[in-house]
Formats: sequence, C-alpha cells, structure tokens
Amino acid sequence: MSAEATTDTVLDVVTDTLAGFGTEREQIAPAATFEQLDVDSLDLAELAQVIEERFGTQLRASDVKDVKSVGDLVDLIIARG
Amino acid sequence: MSGCRPQAACALVTGGSRGIGAAIARELAADGWTVAVNFQRDENGAQQVCKAITASGGTARAIRGDVRCAGAAEELLGRAAELAPVLCLVNNAGVRADNLALSLTDEDWQSVLDTNLSAAFRLTRLSLRAMIRARFGRVVNIASVVGPRANAGQSNYAAAKAGLIAMSKTIGVEVARRGVTVNTLAPGLINTDMTRGVESTLLEGVPARRAGLPHEVAACARFLASDAASYVNASTLFVDGGLAA
Repeated sequence: MSAEATTDTVLDVVTDTLAGFGTEREQIAPAATFEQLDVDSLDLAELAQVIEERFGTQLRASDVKDVKSVGDLVDLIIARG
Repeated sequence: MSGCRPQAACALVTGGSRGIGAAIARELAADGWTVAVNFQRDENGAQQVCKAITASGGTARAIRGDVRCAGAAEELLGRAAELAPVLCLVNNAGVRADNLALSLTDEDWQSVLDTNLSAAFRLTRLSLRAMIRARFGRVVNIASVVGPRANAGQSNYAAAKAGLIAMSKTIGVEVARRGVTVNTLAPGLINTDMTRGVESTLLEGVPARRAGLPHEVAACARFLASDAASYVNASTLFVDGGLAA
C-alpha cells in the first residue's frame, strides 16, 4: 500500500535512501544539490524506484533530468502524487 | 562490492526448453538457483527440463512466452518472481534467419534483431530493478563467436550478437557498484538444433577440431552466475574451442 506523500514523509524517504547510498545524512537538506551530495544518475534511478514503491509515484528519466536539488525532487514528487 | 547470493533467488532462462538454454537451466539449478524455464513453443521440452531439475531436488517452473512481444519482459519476470526474487537473467532465446546480405529481407533482418537483441535489452532493463535493490544480480547474455568473427550468411545474427556484447559491456559498467554483473558468453559452434544446417566450414577453423557441447557452455554460465564471478563484469567469455583466437 502506498504511503501518503507529504513534504515531510517524502523528504524523510529521500534522506533515508540517499543516506543508504553513502551520502552523509547531515548534508542532505532541501537546498543541497545532487552534485554537492555526489549523487549520480544511478542513485537517482534507484531513488525513483524507492519513491514508486513507497508512494506509488512514477518518475520517468525525463522527469528527473532537470532536477538539481533535494528540494526540487521533493516538490516534483508532491506535484506528481 | 562482493555480496553473496541471497538464499531465495530465481534465475530466469529464456529459450530454456532445449539446447544451450536447457543445459544452462539444469546447471544453475544444480548450483542452487530456483529456475524459471521460459519457452515459446516447446512446452514438452521445458517441462522435461523442469522435471529433471525437481527430480534432483531443485525447484523449477516452465513459463511460456515469446520474448519479442510487447509486455513479455513484465510477464516473464513477473511470473518468475512468484518463485523467488529474480536475481539472475540468462538471455538465451535466439533465432536465426540466414542469407547473404544481398538476399536478406527486411523481415529476416528485423526478426533476428528483435529476438536476439531488443528482447534481451527489455528483459535486462526490467530485471535490473530488483537486482540493484538487492545489491546482487547476474545477467548472462548468450552472444556468439560470430559477433566479432565474420561468418558469411549471418549478417543479421552477427549484428545482433555483436550488439549484445556491446550492450552487456555498457550496462555492466553502469550497474557494477550495485553488486550486479552483466557478462556475455560467446559460444562457437555448439551441437544443438539451432546449428543444424550451419555451414560446416566454420568447424574447419576450430582449433579443437570439434563442435562444442551445450553443457560446456552451461558450465561457464554457472560460473558467471555464481558468487565466485563477483569481480567479473562487462566481459565476454568465448566458449569456442579457440575459434575466435
């Protein structure tokens, strides 16, 4: 069953997932860019999978192509939910 | 990252009802994989493979499906995953439609590309989702020595198999750090139904002076799917008696 996508829940899932990839948790914040966090396309592809599993929100490669920061991604997920 | 295969793990072998595919299915089962044996038409052959596996204490199920069809990847992987998470994919299903390039029709060109390359890509793309999440995966693509080595009358087959080799290398590099390996086997002339009628001039060039046997290819597939091959990625293993050397 998909969880409700609120800003807080989505940010939590994104933070937990990126931390699981090895990103320093303290550095993960809405203003942080993926470049700053050393998050690459494979990480984003897996993150998109996690988002789909948790919230039922499908993100295509074209959706995330121009997403630069954690905050941008959270906003996109909320908008698509 | 060199993880070990999780206890519950399924291998999907396309074209597993006979020949190299059947031998691979048996060999993977002997190594502890639960095996989904895909077939298109030869249900009896697939059931025979499953019967042999279960008689030896393994778990197997025959799954019908034409890998070329839209939705085949979702259907086959979905049904295989009912057995256990699919953490090994063997893209073995293949067809031939031989003719000199001058005489090859568009249909013969496309059908070989569709089955031997495009279907393998779609299955690989979908199977990677579970593999990267599990931090373990094995994709073994069955190419051919005629990918890199010319064999007149097989331009379509050669293009598909060469494409499979290149595709495997690229995808292997993409997912390596998630514990997923993507490798290719390149069999030479192997005694199967599919090679019946292939020009025997190829055999004259084999240093081993004989055709290979399906179980000799299967043993290599077993290795590539195993924990022992965790550092082998984006590579091609020739099983050809020295033909490509």
